[in-house]
Amino acid sequence: MLHGYLPNILDGATVTLTVALASLAIAVILGLAGAAMKLSASRVARSVATVYTTVIRGVPDLVLMLLIFYGGQLAINELAPRLGYAGYVDINPFVAGVLTISFIFGAYLTETFRGAIMAIPAGQREAGIAYGMSQWQVFARIIFPQMVRFALPGFTNNWLVLVKSTALVSVIGLSDMMSRAGHAAGATREPFTFYLTVAALYLLITGVSNLLLGMLQKRYALGVRTASL
Amino acid sequence: MLNLEVMSGSLPLYAAGTLVTLKLLAGSLLAGLALALPLSIARASPRAWLSRPVWLFTYVFRGTPLLVQLFLIYYGLAQFAWMRDSIVWPWFSSAWFCCLLAFALNTCAYTTEMLAGAIAATNHGELEAARAMGMSPVTLYRRILLPSALRRALPAYSNEVIMMLHGTSLASIVTLMDITGAARDVNSRFYLPFEAFITAAAFYLALTFILVSLFHLAERRWLVHLAPRT
Repeated sequence: MLHGYLPNILDGATVTLTVALASLAIAVILGLAGAAMKLSASRVARSVATVYTTVIRGVPDLVLMLLIFYGGQLAINELAPRLGYAGYVDINPFVAGVLTISFIFGAYLTETFRGAIMAIPAGQREAGIAYGMSQWQVFARIIFPQMVRFALPGFTNNWLVLVKSTALVSVIGLSDMMSRAGHAAGATREPFTFYLTVAALYLLITGVSNLLLGMLQKRYALGVRTASL
Repeated sequence: MLNLEVMSGSLPLYAAGTLVTLKLLAGSLLAGLALALPLSIARASPRAWLSRPVWLFTYVFRGTPLLVQLFLIYYGLAQFAWMRDSIVWPWFSSAWFCCLLAFALNTCAYTTEMLAGAIAATNHGELEAARAMGMSPVTLYRRILLPSALRRALPAYSNEVIMMLHGTSLASIVTLMDITGAARDVNSRFYLPFEAFITAAAFYLALTFILVSLFHLAERRWLVHLAPRT
């Protein structure tokens, strides 16, 4: 099937998934930090977070990815000799891809998480503090379990956009399923077949994600009463 | 620090790129919206034979990356001999047309879902009142449903327009000289990635701000009735 290229493309799919999941992990941390900064009392923290989310969300991911890939390469090679390293450093496209994607989606998740935290009544947090909980305990025991429900719809959206933007890492030379399909298309002169396969695999990933996150949403909304029209 | 000479010297290139970006954006948005209007009415219809095919179209286009869609159209279609021999081939072999087509279909899928959501969320009282007045379905859509749904979809549509502005940067991958294309050209000529891509980022940021404020104006014009009272 597919002139024997299927295992190769599937290998690429695992690269794509790894990039997506690694980026997501970092983006969630960035997003939580960003939301905490946006909601903090410190004006400096608030403005840093606002500049971060505004700039990142105002610039295409492709431009940011090229900036971090080529710019990072240059910056590291200017810095390396000063730190006593003589050789030429090649930025790993996997690292550049994951860094860029997580940096971008950290900004989107910041907004998602900020909205979710704001949806929790202030009395909840205050009650936690009144019980003598530390900041961390308030977050882990009171805020987080409740914000999941408010954050999930936005999070699902962000994750789907993140998965789709992993296709861009092929541009900076990572051999994800997109670039492997490109090679296979060149060798067999059947670009449509191979890009259609990639499209189907992406559809599978987004479809399964939708299903799983939908189940999670139901699970976290169990204790909430809803009225039907 | 940043090489300002190269940055200012390459400004004409970026200006030309901005024109390309704006043409791609306007073309794909217009075509996408024109197509999304009938599709969203079908998508919101209670008749399954109307709404299911549209759902399938939006599901596929929203579930796959724009880059894959673009490559399928630009590189993919050349696989078929009947395509290469057909009279439309001159169009499909042009990067411009393929970009416009891919972007238009992509934004059409998102816009369709957005508009269909707005149509479905129309207040039932408005529909009942319109029917009680004896409006035909066509009049009901023209006078009641669409004017209200289009307005309510405006904030979500502004997000889609920004997403599409960013999406047009993919045109640089298939050789078009848009803003990103200009930046890649400057980078490959001078090997100054920071100068090249920061200038591009500034251009996109400026366009984003302009579009956002245009939509704010539009919302103030057409959504006043939904604004919170002060």
